[in-house]
Amino acid sequence: MSQTMLDDSAALDADAEAARHLALQERRRRLSMILRYAVLTAVGFLMLYPLLWLIGASFKNNAEIFSSPGFIPKDPTLSGYVKGWETSTPYSFGRFFWNTFLIIAPKVVFTVISCAAVAYGFARFQFPGKRILFASLIATLLLPNVVTRIPQYLLFSEMGWLDSYLPLWVPSAFAGDAFFVFMLVQFLRSIPPDMEEAARVDGAKSWQVLLFIVAPMLTPALISVALFQFMWTMNDFLGPLIYLSSVEKFPVSLALKLSIDTSEAFDWNRILAMSVLALAPSLVVFFMAQKYFIEGISAGGVKG
Amino acid sequence: MAQLSIRNLEKTYGGGFKAVHGVDLEVADGEFMVLVGPSGCAKSTTLRMIAGLETISGGHISIGGKVVNNLAPGDRGIAMVFQNYALYPHMKVRKNLSFGLKLAGEKKAEIERRVAEVAEVLEIEPLLDRLPRQLSGGQAQRVALGRALIKKPEVFLFDEPLSNLDAKLRASMRVRITELHRRLKAQGRSSTVVYVTHDQVEAMTMGDRICVMKEGRIMQVADPATLYERPENLFVAGFIGMPEMNLVEARLERGPEGHALRFGDQVLRLGPEQNARIAANAPEEVTLGLRPQHFRLAGPDDSHALEAQVGKVDFLGHEVDAHVTIGGAKFTVVLPVELFREASRGGSIRLRADENRVHVFDRASGANVSLA
Ligand SMILES: Nc1ncnc2c1ncn2[C@@H]1O[C@H](COP(=O)(O)OP(=O)(O)O)[C@@H](O)[C@H]1O
Ligand SMILES: [Mg+2]
Repeated sequence: MSQTMLDDSAALDADAEAARHLALQERRRRLSMILRYAVLTAVGFLMLYPLLWLIGASFKNNAEIFSSPGFIPKDPTLSGYVKGWETSTPYSFGRFFWNTFLIIAPKVVFTVISCAAVAYGFARFQFPGKRILFASLIATLLLPNVVTRIPQYLLFSEMGWLDSYLPLWVPSAFAGDAFFVFMLVQFLRSIPPDMEEAARVDGAKSWQVLLFIVAPMLTPALISVALFQFMWTMNDFLGPLIYLSSVEKFPVSLALKLSIDTSEAFDWNRILAMSVLALAPSLVVFFMAQKYFIEGISAGGVKG
Repeated sequence: MAQLSIRNLEKTYGGGFKAVHGVDLEVADGEFMVLVGPSGCAKSTTLRMIAGLETISGGHISIGGKVVNNLAPGDRGIAMVFQNYALYPHMKVRKNLSFGLKLAGEKKAEIERRVAEVAEVLEIEPLLDRLPRQLSGGQAQRVALGRALIKKPEVFLFDEPLSNLDAKLRASMRVRITELHRRLKAQGRSSTVVYVTHDQVEAMTMGDRICVMKEGRIMQVADPATLYERPENLFVAGFIGMPEMNLVEARLERGPEGHALRFGDQVLRLGPEQNARIAANAPEEVTLGLRPQHFRLAGPDDSHALEAQVGKVDFLGHEVDAHVTIGGAKFTVVLPVELFREASRGGSIRLRADENRVHVFDRASGANVSLA
């Protein structure tokens, strides 16, 4: 009897000890979490500050932009947007957005189609010279872009394509972006070929396999490709600068620069306002496609 | 008619590795042929050459009398079921089934009729509007089977279709496939099957005939009973049967009363039937083969009894697999539980081999010399 009572109290002690220990652990865990989040928030704010400043400043008037470092405008105004949209050219900013769209849309479509076809070929078919061809594809990845600028310019000028969108479109119709081909090949390698073989047994020709089986399975990666191409083209400055000379064909990236050139006393709030607008499409598209996009790069990267 | 005929088939892979060394095989119309062998013996390679998924390096394949070497997979009159189902992940079950028919330009009403028919046979009607990732392994395999069935091919090809399923499901799918084959045959439809597996139980229970392969060569083609009773060589003898056949190095001695096999300090006299079967030119250096099931307990005054020391014993419920030593050689014997318990007190038992089922193999060539 007394023996069991002794046991009981010992057990109670042990329980209390365990509870104290648990509480201590819980406090420590919470403290470290608060600390972690504080650091992360601070760093995140630091990274975002320029963007926040940009958006804030686009609502300031020109005098305030340089007089206060904060990003919340004292006296918010839309004049930057209104005047910026009008531009100092005969065209409104809407025209430049349209031009950008005219460059981007065919480029994205061509890129997706051509890169998918080329990647499919490299990933799934055996043909003479495949190794050398793939090696040279990878080699072009390592080549700095500027190296090919001059020969390319001469080539397109020889063909009479200057001041048109052709030099911007055509390379993408021939899988000119080695990076995308490489990414899709990696992605395809992580997909077992059985489904495609099943489709061939079902009587599908190679192009039908590509269209009906491979492309749907490749969708996340293709969305990533489209997204990258969209953002890179949106931000591309050098390409249009080299090949386009008439203002009426300028995309947004050139138009922004244009407004810096023409206004003698720079109206910074106009430029900042148009920069904010120029950022918007990329942001919107990115957030819309974010789910697929992340799926695409991680699947291609991790398993490949 | 859809007999499949393979002549001197060879495969050399890109790297120069020769996987298939001149395979000859005839599969009759409506026959269920199983290709069995250990992993890496080129079963899949052979099957994929029949399907047209792998190029043929030598020899030829004909289906229904027509050489198909250069035909695309879709034009060969075959359908294939893959190990990992290979369903099209972005298509509902219904579309998975009808994809081939649609490509072939079949009419919509006919497609619907055939989908319904196949779905009924395989009991997958409730699954028609699901995506493959919403199916269990067994359901997915049934859909894969349906995708083959709906095409009404001349030859069905299976590549280890059941090895991703658990044991119980595997057993029931085995029955289902065999039933389906029988039904097709009864309906007079083309039902020639080539079925690849590494599992000898599948091979023995499903095949009309079985083709045992090793390292890209055929070891023996026969029906299950023949394969079990009359293995042509050491490889087939060791591969077919559970537990494995006991294979022990022995010396073949010719005496006045017939042949005897000496191993260690024991002598095993062959029975009259088996005695007559020994080839005249059988060498002295042989391997004796005796299935674990072909032992029984010897009577107390049996002069042919073998003394066995009992080692590890695997209890299986109704019987035991006893690992014993006879004359210094290790054997496995299968005995009923009760008899074994009685007899094995004291660590040794007296066994009698079934002398008419002893196989004798030429140790050098591996050929069975007791088949004459
Ligand atoms: N694409 C290939 N390239 C080179 N060797 C291969 C290829 N596919 C299979 N092999 C080799 O061929 C042999 C037979 O393979 P396989 O037919 O898959 O065997 P099984 O299906 O009987 O397990 C193996 O040794 C394998 O390594
Ligand atoms: Mg295999």
